[in-house]
Amino acid sequence: MSASATHRRATAEPAAPHPAILVDNVTVHYGEVLALDAASLSLDHARICGLIGMNGSGKSTLFKAIMGMIKPDAGRVLIDGKPPSKARKEGGIGYVPQSEDVDWQFPLSVRDVVMMGRYGHQGFTRRPSKLDRAAVDDALERVELAEFAGRQIGQLSGGQKKRAFVARGIAQGATMMLLDEPFAGVDKRSEATITRLLRELAADGCTILISTHDLHALPQLCDEAVLLMRKVLMHGPPEVVLQPENLAMAFGLDVLNRDIPDPDVPRRAVSKQQGRS
Amino acid sequence: MDLLDILLEPLSYDFMVRAILTTALAAIVCAVLSCWLVLIGWSLMGDAVSHAVLPGVVLAYIVGAPFALGALVFALIAVTLIGVVRNTSRVKEDAAIGIVFTSLFALGLVLISVTPSQTDLNHIIFGNLLGVSIPDLIQVLVLGVVAFAILILKRRDLTLYAFDPTHAHAIGLSPKRLGALLLGLLALTSVVALQTVGVVLVVAMLIIPGATAYLLTDRFSRMLVIAPTVSAVSSIAGIYFSYYLDTASGAMVVLTQGAVFAVVYLFSPRQGLIGTRLAKARRRKAAALAV
Repeated sequence: MSASATHRRATAEPAAPHPAILVDNVTVHYGEVLALDAASLSLDHARICGLIGMNGSGKSTLFKAIMGMIKPDAGRVLIDGKPPSKARKEGGIGYVPQSEDVDWQFPLSVRDVVMMGRYGHQGFTRRPSKLDRAAVDDALERVELAEFAGRQIGQLSGGQKKRAFVARGIAQGATMMLLDEPFAGVDKRSEATITRLLRELAADGCTILISTHDLHALPQLCDEAVLLMRKVLMHGPPEVVLQPENLAMAFGLDVLNRDIPDPDVPRRAVSKQQGRS
Repeated sequence: MDLLDILLEPLSYDFMVRAILTTALAAIVCAVLSCWLVLIGWSLMGDAVSHAVLPGVVLAYIVGAPFALGALVFALIAVTLIGVVRNTSRVKEDAAIGIVFTSLFALGLVLISVTPSQTDLNHIIFGNLLGVSIPDLIQVLVLGVVAFAILILKRRDLTLYAFDPTHAHAIGLSPKRLGALLLGLLALTSVVALQTVGVVLVVAMLIIPGATAYLLTDRFSRMLVIAPTVSAVSSIAGIYFSYYLDTASGAMVVLTQGAVFAVVYLFSPRQGLIGTRLAKARRRKAAALAV
């Protein structure tokens, strides 16, 4: 009991001693396949971090480990110093799925989807209270979708769809948001809107982790970037991480010499990485 | 004979009144459940569970236990077996479902063939709408009301599970538990519908109403009203057809639901094959007149 009291006092101080997300030597296997290999990552509060890696680099697995959807074979994840199960119950974790994972034909309105952010705050039947409705209205206002609240979710543009799910996280009161490929299928103007929105949320104290292929959007958006290739290869300011030779390392091919077709490219990239480290 | 006579004449028989009550009840509960099944893509699962409960129902009959209990146990066995076969071999899910439910259904048929009072049990397969007894009606009523109440009280969680199980997990709910709840309700509901249309056709009542409603609205909350309404009305109409045409009642109920689906499929103003074209032509005409 005294321990938890101390803990509460500690987190109440302005400089929180716990990182917002701590991934500590997490290893995950799917059967024989190694998805994460002792990956470690520490992210401070109110930061925006871009997670870069090719398909199969373990981005989705890392997300799942942070949300506690899979149990790591080794290592641990702490959200603000707490195990993920506790963080989930407290409603701190918001999730914006990638477009392919959503059934856009589902007969729900934008408001219905945003209201789902409130379920953790509601009773047995999830009957919305006045407070819930107000939170949903505020969230919709904030992402500039108030006028589309009644629309079926599939009838939004690519960027509006993303914003609807961000609004769900806002209505939820999430202190941490995970976004999976938020810029896929989004036009340039919506991209700018989403970038501005996420910066505002971070300014309010929300920690944001974004998995993405879209490298050119990162410098304006992110405070830091992480290169993932089953393990964390690099973690630093985006302008450093995004250097071509660093990207080459994460994407397992030599982007500088891409015009020379060579079956040995992957091997060369590996040796280059070893030379660097 | 005017319309009122046509509607009232069958009601002078007690067995017809019981048939209509049972059908309406089963139609409503099945239709509500079907809204989630068609959206999750669990139609095949509905087919599987509704067939796989047969041995459970037969065994329950033999030992004198409630049908629902036997059905629940075998629904659980079926789902577990499907999961095991899918996860521990290279066989894909649809094949696993096909193997498990047909085998369990066959087991049920074998059990029926070795059980002395065969006639009663054959009704489970094809339904025995016109032979519903008072205790049957009470059982259907109790199970139906329980399933309906749980579905309606937990409707928001179930919809969240159907739409975005990852978010359900992220806010501290258990998608696994919600999925299990839905499967349990599927087993209960199968028992309710057995009485009406029999094991073979239960799946129709578990899919058609939800699919019909889905073509008519973009709001899940409205689906939950449209599906049971359409299902109840078309099922009762099916019973009247079977009465006057002297055809198999359970089959007639399903045939009527199928016919209603066909009409909606063609003429729904939002999604219908012809309906959308008509709406477009009307708009064009209106635009031409405006000019």
